[in-house]
Amino acid sequence: MMKQTLATSKRGKILHVQSVHTSAISAKLIEMGLYVGQEVEILFSAPFGDPIAVNVGGYVLSLRLNEAALIEVA
Amino acid sequence: MNVNKIALVGNPNTGKTSLFNALTGLNQQVGNFPGVTVDKKVGKLKLSNRSIEIIDLPGTYSIYPRSKDEEVVYDILSNPQHPDFPDAVCVVVDASNLERNLLLFTQIYALAIPIVLVLNMSDIAFRKGKKILIEKLQAEFPEATIIETNARIKSGVKQLMDTLDDGNLVRHTSPKALIAKEDVLTQQKDTEQKFKDINALIKKCVLQDNSTQTRRKVTRLDTLFVHPIWGYSIFLVVLLALFQLIFTLASFPMDLIDSLFGSLSAYLHGALPAGMFTELLANGIIPGIGGVIIFVPQIVLLFFFIGILEETGYMSRVVFIMDRIMRPFGLNGKSVVPLLSSAACAIPGVMASRTISNWKERLITILVAPLMSCSARIPVYTLLISLVIPNRMVFGFLNLQGLTFFALYALGIISALLVSVVLRMFIKTKEESVLLLELPDLKSPRWKNVGITVFDKARLFLVGAGKIIVAISIVLWALGTFGPTERIQNAVQKIEKPTSKNAVQLAAYEKQVNAVKFENSYIGILGKTIEPVIKPLGYEWKIGISLITSFAAREVFVGSMATIYSVDADGEETRSLLEKMKQEKNSDDQPVYTLASGLSLMVFYVYAMQCMATFAVVKRETKSWKWPIIQLVYMGVMAYVSSWLIFQIFS
Repeated sequence: MMKQTLATSKRGKILHVQSVHTSAISAKLIEMGLYVGQEVEILFSAPFGDPIAVNVGGYVLSLRLNEAALIEVA
Repeated sequence: MNVNKIALVGNPNTGKTSLFNALTGLNQQVGNFPGVTVDKKVGKLKLSNRSIEIIDLPGTYSIYPRSKDEEVVYDILSNPQHPDFPDAVCVVVDASNLERNLLLFTQIYALAIPIVLVLNMSDIAFRKGKKILIEKLQAEFPEATIIETNARIKSGVKQLMDTLDDGNLVRHTSPKALIAKEDVLTQQKDTEQKFKDINALIKKCVLQDNSTQTRRKVTRLDTLFVHPIWGYSIFLVVLLALFQLIFTLASFPMDLIDSLFGSLSAYLHGALPAGMFTELLANGIIPGIGGVIIFVPQIVLLFFFIGILEETGYMSRVVFIMDRIMRPFGLNGKSVVPLLSSAACAIPGVMASRTISNWKERLITILVAPLMSCSARIPVYTLLISLVIPNRMVFGFLNLQGLTFFALYALGIISALLVSVVLRMFIKTKEESVLLLELPDLKSPRWKNVGITVFDKARLFLVGAGKIIVAISIVLWALGTFGPTERIQNAVQKIEKPTSKNAVQLAAYEKQVNAVKFENSYIGILGKTIEPVIKPLGYEWKIGISLITSFAAREVFVGSMATIYSVDADGEETRSLLEKMKQEKNSDDQPVYTLASGLSLMVFYVYAMQCMATFAVVKRETKSWKWPIIQLVYMGVMAYVSSWLIFQIFS
């Protein structure tokens, strides 16, 4: 089964970061607070569904879907 | 130890800039860090008997740089030999979001530089039901001085000033070296470990009142601002209102500046003894300076409104909803602000592109920004439209002249997007395009921040563009005043001198002499020389001259035309300029200004990069001659080819 990522998750569900895929921006994503175990929730998305706004431990971060796809959640 | 130099660091949106403004007021200077394009903001904190230099470092989430501009923070703080290495660091954190903010603090704490932890926005933390136990936090970081502030209402600022004055900031521990800039993997591991420690620390130091709703609810305004229909409608209305306001409000001070400099020129002409120096002053320098100042009202208003939109957090919502639309063009949601600003003037527009961290997207934004019709084009459009476009209604309610005006703006915008698509294919980058953007809470603007932004931008324009426009104006004045003496004398002698002492006749003679002198000056000769090149576009040498003088600033076109046709350009006299231009015939006895040549000229002004100030700013922002030259060439080719096409189609 495909792992669930932030890009494929539903709005309004409390999720936790399971892993961050290795990429050129993974260090940046972790520094923005998306470390393993962090609580996240998709708040809203832009028209066309991309980018999305995510609550990351108390602040709102906007990510493009291809960035969100790097974050595995459950 | 006396503290003389302090660095201010912190995440974006922590109120760092507000704090910097609160500490230094208007004692600020904006410079450049070598090699990067972030502003180096240095201010002076005035104390009773001395002053402390405060340097506002770019906002960053981590000391390890993820973009070229963030390297400044790493480079300065990791190197005690660096000329900007501070005596102490103030780390400004958002107290309502300690977790993410403490990452940067703990990284810097390990460097063993004397350190102040500024817990800013304590009121918001309180509202979110968070109580920070300062003593516990102090126990975790025994060598840091912790101060709670609220830069919005200035609480705690005095205490911070006293702390900095005391200089009682010492470190006993030895510094831990930072991880190498390139070793991203180790940095990542370190970050993960630091977040574990921070989480444990927060459990000890922050009391969470669970009766307060802590999880961020989506606000009604947010839902509205990102709505597929309402979101874009609101943005469109905001845009229309913005430009409507700018043009209405700016017209009064602009007219005032125009007439002020006009009368100053005239006054100097009369008051000073006739001679070269008076000519230079009254016809070269004063109009040159006036031509710069006249844009200040629009720039001030534009950045006042953009400042409000940014301060309230609305602009980040615009970036959010525009990103997907801009992406196929090789642009970024953040390109919206630079392109928007370019509709007033490309210079602040190009500078506003600094917020785009991806080099390719920033470069494309810079390269297409001058295609947006700036305010200097308005007088040119206005003149040409009233010259060749009939003032009548189409479809019963649309004014044809207004429609043409709108079409020229639209042409600029559409071309900017299309050129972006092309540039996207040619510019290569290894850098990943990202939009990791914090959406700050919507809030009321802090007027002081808006004011300082406006002040900064106006200064950047005056200094950056101003000196180039003035310099070119003087060169053009010289080229338009001097010429081969014999040639000018011969031409002037051909004009019939009025026999009577009639003032009107004398004045007319005077203007004719001026026109002939201008025609035979170096610039006139230049205009005639390029005539074969511009003939296929439907222009003759008089237009050629005005095209050349437009390189100082496009609106000079109107003034040059007035000189050539020996009329005054101001006010009611524009009518006489129009009349003369309408009557103008070419060598084949055909009117020069037809629909075809007029449209061709309008399109030329939409595309051609006739602005040396923009050229200079692009050179500075891209740190190379390559990009401004590419820009000058591509815009020039586009202008030439399109104008030629238009002329052929309509004639």
